Amino acid sequence: MFITWPAIKSRATRIEFEIPISKTKRFWDGLKEGEIYSTRCRSCGGMFFPPVADCPDCRSSDMEWVKLEGSGVVEAFTHVVVKPSSFQGMEPYSIAIARLEDGVKVLAWIREAGPTDVEVGMKVRLVVGATPEGEASYWFVPV
Amino acid sequence: MRRVAVIGVGCSKFGVLKDLNLSELAFEAVKPAIEDSGVSSQDISLLAFGSVGGMYEEALPAVVAAEYCGLTGAGLVRCEAACASGSAAFMTAYQNVAIGLSDVSMALGVEKMTEVDTPTMMELIGRAGSYLWEFHNFGITFPAYYAMYASAHMAEYGTTEEDLALVAVKNHRYGALNPKARFQKETNLDEVLSSFLVSWPLKLYDCSPICDGSAAVVLASEEKVRELGVQDPVWVSGIGYSSDTANLSKRADYLGLRASVTASRNAYKMADVGPEDIDVANVHDCFTIAEIMAYEDLGFCGKGEGTLMIREGMTEVGGRIPVNVDGGLKAKGHPLGATGCAMIYELTKQLRGEADRPARQVPLKNNVALAHNVGGTGHYCYVTILRR
Repeated sequence: MFITWPAIKSRATRIEFEIPISKTKRFWDGLKEGEIYSTRCRSCGGMFFPPVADCPDCRSSDMEWVKLEGSGVVEAFTHVVVKPSSFQGMEPYSIAIARLEDGVKVLAWIREAGPTDVEVGMKVRLVVGATPEGEASYWFVPV
Repeated sequence: MRRVAVIGVGCSKFGVLKDLNLSELAFEAVKPAIEDSGVSSQDISLLAFGSVGGMYEEALPAVVAAEYCGLTGAGLVRCEAACASGSAAFMTAYQNVAIGLSDVSMALGVEKMTEVDTPTMMELIGRAGSYLWEFHNFGITFPAYYAMYASAHMAEYGTTEEDLALVAVKNHRYGALNPKARFQKETNLDEVLSSFLVSWPLKLYDCSPICDGSAAVVLASEEKVRELGVQDPVWVSGIGYSSDTANLSKRADYLGLRASVTASRNAYKMADVGPEDIDVANVHDCFTIAEIMAYEDLGFCGKGEGTLMIREGMTEVGGRIPVNVDGGLKAKGHPLGATGCAMIYELTKQLRGEADRPARQVPLKNNVALAHNVGGTGHYCYVTILRR
């Protein structure tokens, strides 16, 4: 038996944030061209993914864009069954973190692999495409 | 720095408390804490309020809760360190007294998580990393973060889904003995392993429950302790803290939480004790894998030996280091901002020999207890060592 408690529904709010991407625009433009970029600090040589405009190591803002080749090895993964509200309509999806030969690690979906096929140590490649919602994105596929 | 003692603790029932609003819930912890301490509300010169917020209607919860609990006029600050917000509040209240700004302060952790539905909560706490690079396109969830750590731990050390389930079985056993716990019911391996998949390899019973709760701690200077005539107070003997990257992809590995290692080493050093001196610990078991990693990160065992501790019952009452004998986050519940203060509540009761059921009172040898509270997926960590 469910007990219900007296309650008042609050006024509803719907918040949508406008996230500035001016300083990482090359990355988002790159996705539309089928490329994935990271940044490298011209001052200390640090490689960064996600791409950054400012180096957290030496605090230089002199960065260059470096195209990722995208081959790597899975270090951790999961299959998401219970999803957030904004992903409700989707089938369960798999997420992995892979260490790329390019010298950075990336977190993304892993597709074209069944839930029992993914494992730590598996070789993967990053590809670029559109999400089910039509946004430019990137994900891993098994090699 | 002055010595600081915990002189009063209070904790609400943890659960789906739909008959209480945020302030009424805060009162459930504040009243017993003040009564336990023997001070009056006017003596409390700083209130550090720990809450993640954003999941209930009040935008400035510290203010409304302080007014409701009769603490208006005290210095007031809201502390946010994700699931370690209660410990951040505890540290703030501790520092306030330690440096001599005041003689009595309070840490109050409160979270009201059941005013929104589960998918909305998954949406809100799924953003507890780096939004654009983990959530926006990939819909990561909180269980998914820890599930990725579990996948790596399993691959490296041979940890199994059964090992994870053993943590749930142990913590439910103690939850069943705790009248304040969300789940006061034992479970078994089959029930855990056959519960529905949330984010592989974590199943429903591997996850701490979304729930409401509050806990409060009154802290006082040594002078005040003497003035009040507090017998055998519980002293704060060490606090350590650290953090790690927002993006999980920037972590060195997924076998343990670096922030836990650093925070615990600093706390041990300040308290001048080691893991072998701990009589009882509350560790951050938001998911079963997190408790196994905590054994290793806190130095209760070597790296990769956490599964051995759970398999051999070393963390039960009577074992080498009893852990989460109040049910832990797993069975007692995890109202985010309340958790850190609830750990101090439990350990203070244990050190006083006042556990509500004899079956979960640990034997005291060194009178030293440790609280380990993680925010996010090791994004924040606080370790507190208490000594009586």
